Amino acid sequence: MSFMIAGSLEEALTALAAGARPVAGGTDLVVGARQGKAPLPTSLVAIDRLAELTQIEPTDGGIRIGASVTHARLLTDPTIVSDYTALADAAALVGSPSTRNVGTLGGNVMNASPAMDTGAPLMVLGAVAEVQSERGSRTVDLSDLWTGPGQTSAKVDELCVAIDLPSRPARSGSAYVRLEYRRAMEIAVVGAAASVTLADDGTISDGSVALSAVAPTIIEVDGVAELMAGHLPDAVGAAIAAAVAEAAEPISDLRASDSYRRHTVGVMAARAVDAAARRAAGEEISVPVNRAIGVGASR
Amino acid sequence: MIVSFIVNGEGVTARVTTPVSLLDVLRDQLELPGSKSACEQGECGSCSVLLDGALVCACLVMAVDAEGSTVRTVEGIASEGTLHPVQVAMHEAGAVQCGFCTPGIVVAAADLFDRDPTPTTDQIKEAVAGNICRCTGYGAIVRALESVAGERR
Repeated sequence: MSFMIAGSLEEALTALAAGARPVAGGTDLVVGARQGKAPLPTSLVAIDRLAELTQIEPTDGGIRIGASVTHARLLTDPTIVSDYTALADAAALVGSPSTRNVGTLGGNVMNASPAMDTGAPLMVLGAVAEVQSERGSRTVDLSDLWTGPGQTSAKVDELCVAIDLPSRPARSGSAYVRLEYRRAMEIAVVGAAASVTLADDGTISDGSVALSAVAPTIIEVDGVAELMAGHLPDAVGAAIAAAVAEAAEPISDLRASDSYRRHTVGVMAARAVDAAARRAAGEEISVPVNRAIGVGASR
Repeated sequence: MIVSFIVNGEGVTARVTTPVSLLDVLRDQLELPGSKSACEQGECGSCSVLLDGALVCACLVMAVDAEGSTVRTVEGIASEGTLHPVQVAMHEAGAVQCGFCTPGIVVAAADLFDRDPTPTTDQIKEAVAGNICRCTGYGAIVRALESVAGERR
C-alpha cells in the first residue's frame, strides 16, 4: 500500500499520473471498499488538505467552489445559501453531520451516483467542472462529465479541482426537494432541483429542472423554460409534473418501483419549482427546503 | 508507515502496514476501545470522534491520513475525572440500554453543546442523526440532551 498526503496540487497530479487514486473524505471510496464494491486502490493520494481546493471564491462571472469544499461548508456559506440555494438544500440533506464534515463537492460530482443530491442543483445552476492533470486543465459541462452510474468522461489522471457556477440573474431562486424515507443517512428515492427567474409582472421568464435517481445519470429536463415562460408560478405545477414524469427513465429496485418513481419525481419537481419561485420573489424559505415545507420523512 | 498524531492531548505514534482505519488504530494499538466498531461504513456513528474539531466516523478515516491531526475520543470527553454534562444527563435519564451506541452519542452531543449551549430539540435530533441506537432508545436520549439544554437556558 502506498499513501501520500499531497502537499501541493502539482504533487497530487504527479501521483495521479503515476497511477494513484485521489481520496478526500473517504465517504464513497472507503465505504465502497468495505461493501465489497471495489477494493481500496493500492496507491492513494490524499487531496483534502490542499488549500487551493478548499476555497469558495468569487470569479468574474460567478463563483468557484474548490473540489474539497465539504457539504458542511456549503450548507452554511452565506453566498451559497443566498444565491445558490438549491445547492445548500442538497448539501444539508447528505448523510449525517459526520458525513457532511468530510464529504466533498468534488467527491460527490466525480463519484457520479445517479442519486447524488448535489448533482441536480449544480445542473440547474449551470455548473461546469474544472478538471486538471499534468497534461493541462479543461472545463467540462456536467452533462458531458456524467456518462453512467459511477462513470465519468474524465481520464484516470484527471482531478476535479473546482466547480464553477455563473452569477445568478436578478429575481431568481432555486430549490432542491428530495423524496426520502428517513431524515438522515438517506439516499434520494427521487429528487428534483429547479431554478426559476421571474419577470417584473411576477410571471416566470426562465427556468430549468433537473432530476436525481430516475436515470443512469442526473438529467436536465428539456423544454422546461418554454413550458413555464409567461405563466405565473402557481399555474405551472401540473404541466411540470407531467413533463418531468415523461422525461424520467426510472428503474425498479428495493427502494421504489419505476412507476412510483415516475409519479413522485413529478411531484418533487412541482414542489421545487414552487419553492424556487417563492425564493425568487424574495420569500425566505430556510435550508433545507425539505424541512421547511415538510417534504419527506416526518420527525 | 509511521503515523503520529495527538489523542486526547497526548502525542501518539503508530505503525501501520495496511490501509487500516483510525478506528482500528485507536482500539487495537492505542488501547482506546471506547469508540465502537459496528457498521464500519459510516452509517451508525458508534465510532464518532472529533478530528481537528470536526465530528467524523473514525471508521472512514484512514489512519495514515490522521498524520499531524488532533483527535478527541469519548475517553477525552470527561475532564479531570469530572463527567461532561452530556454524560451526567444521559446517566441520570437512563438514556443507555445496551450501551453500544452511547460513546458515539456522547461525542456527537458533547460536540453540539460545545458549539451551542442551548440547542433546540430539532437541533439536538439533527446533531445525533448519524448515531443509530439499535435498542431504539431515542426518547430517553433526546430527553437527556434536552435537559442539558434546559439547564443552560
